[in-house]
Amino acid sequence: MKYAYFPGCSLHSTAREYDLSTREVASALGIELQEIPDWICCGATPAHITMHLLSLALPVKNLLKAKAMDSCEVVACCAACFSRLKIANDFMQNNLEYRAKVNEIVGENYQGEVKVRHFLDIIVNEYGLKNLQQKVVDKLSGLKVACYYGCLLTRPHEVTQLDDLEEPHLMDDLMKTIGVEAVSWPYKTECCGASFSLTRTDIVLKLSGDILQMAHDEGAQAIVVACPLCQSNLDLRQAAIKKKFKKDFDMPIFYFTQLLGLSLGIDPKKLGFDKHIVNPAKLLKEKVYGL
Amino acid sequence: MIFKNFSTLSQNSLKMKWFISHNTIKSPFLKALENDSGVTVSHCYQCGKCSAGCPIAYQMDYLPNQIIRMVQLGLEEQVLSSRTIWLCASCLTCTSRCPRKIDIAEIMDYLRRLAYKKDILPKGEIGIPLFNKIFLKNIELFGRLFEMGLIGMFNILSGEFFKDMDLAPKMFLKRKIGIFPRKVKNMQEVRGIFRNSGRLGRTRRGKLLYPKLIFLNLLKKTIEKIEKLK
Repeated sequence: MKYAYFPGCSLHSTAREYDLSTREVASALGIELQEIPDWICCGATPAHITMHLLSLALPVKNLLKAKAMDSCEVVACCAACFSRLKIANDFMQNNLEYRAKVNEIVGENYQGEVKVRHFLDIIVNEYGLKNLQQKVVDKLSGLKVACYYGCLLTRPHEVTQLDDLEEPHLMDDLMKTIGVEAVSWPYKTECCGASFSLTRTDIVLKLSGDILQMAHDEGAQAIVVACPLCQSNLDLRQAAIKKKFKKDFDMPIFYFTQLLGLSLGIDPKKLGFDKHIVNPAKLLKEKVYGL
Repeated sequence: MIFKNFSTLSQNSLKMKWFISHNTIKSPFLKALENDSGVTVSHCYQCGKCSAGCPIAYQMDYLPNQIIRMVQLGLEEQVLSSRTIWLCASCLTCTSRCPRKIDIAEIMDYLRRLAYKKDILPKGEIGIPLFNKIFLKNIELFGRLFEMGLIGMFNILSGEFFKDMDLAPKMFLKRKIGIFPRKVKNMQEVRGIFRNSGRLGRTRRGKLLYPKLIFLNLLKKTIEKIEKLK
């Protein structure tokens, strides 16, 4: 399996461990990820708030670069990048008016030929959980996590077509396959405050605090995510949440690729566990094995 | 907390007492919006599902369903100067749950873009519109997000000079944030996309940073700090 890989800005900075663990997992499973050369930012939320055409043209430029690599499928790991690329692709396929305008902007002809997929989708639906089961070396039994999907992995459903809208289960299925217990909880697709991290930190603290509280109440020891923004809001802001609401959760926030990597027998040092703000060493030492 | 929310809600409903003339209802605002965005706002029957699911409703001056009603009634000025449109996090909960298939998040996007075009910005929520502009400027300059530049520029222009300074050393040590931007090679291509999008979308891109906006915000922050001292 060969894919064009779009890491996105976060995976090269604040979510470096997501990038590291994704590459490790992919190579362990024989999935070839080729980074799109000289990729540019997808524009994220500020682009579609400010200039509609720009929010389509930036992702389309990346899709064109992927197309030039002779790759018909692009893999993104960041839920926001995935959503932006997928929405832009959908516009290029179905909206002739926008297709003409965006093609004029990027100066090339694109009609939505490339397929956009999330890495979680590749693992669960393409590689298959049955195949994965045979590759699992270490079952991470004893670990109890809450799978948190966030907003943009499943929404808008007409475009992403990835998972159930209100009760997604891809990550839960994956966790069960590697022996991790996934708790049933109601905040799977609740919003963490997303891009208000810098502008309205108070909103982020409240929403992320609610998510941590709910996961804690349902008995989870950690939260598993598939989005760098969710991870940074829950992990980086946990100290501030502790200060403001006087609640100490001490809950590590993992990327699904990190736990998957552990179960595949990849050296924990290569999976970037040292980059977390809430130190996961204690939990992993207790529940899994020495880190 | 719940009582506090109720009190803000009742204040809003008091504020909602406007005189709406025949001309307002017949204004081209609704038609233009439906035409440009492709969303049929007139289908809304006010079930309130959008507001019930909205994670940020507790901070808004008008609830999402109230905004939709205001759009239906042609209350352009009130809608564009509301804080609600900027507080929308684009989480798409409302859009995915609407029984009338109205893309409410797209309406919020449309309204924000219109507010930028008309230079109408809410006095209470200047940080968010400012952040969007700085973010895009950052992409235009480097092609990829340069977090350090974004945070630095935002802190300076928003008047919160020492915000998140406690987190910076940790981020540096864990190599999660760099001091220098990682520019893409073909910057001309990126600039071209920005230039062309601005031209085709008829957006005044030259006004990427509003001096008026920045000044107002700094003034607000200073007043707040003085009041705190009192």
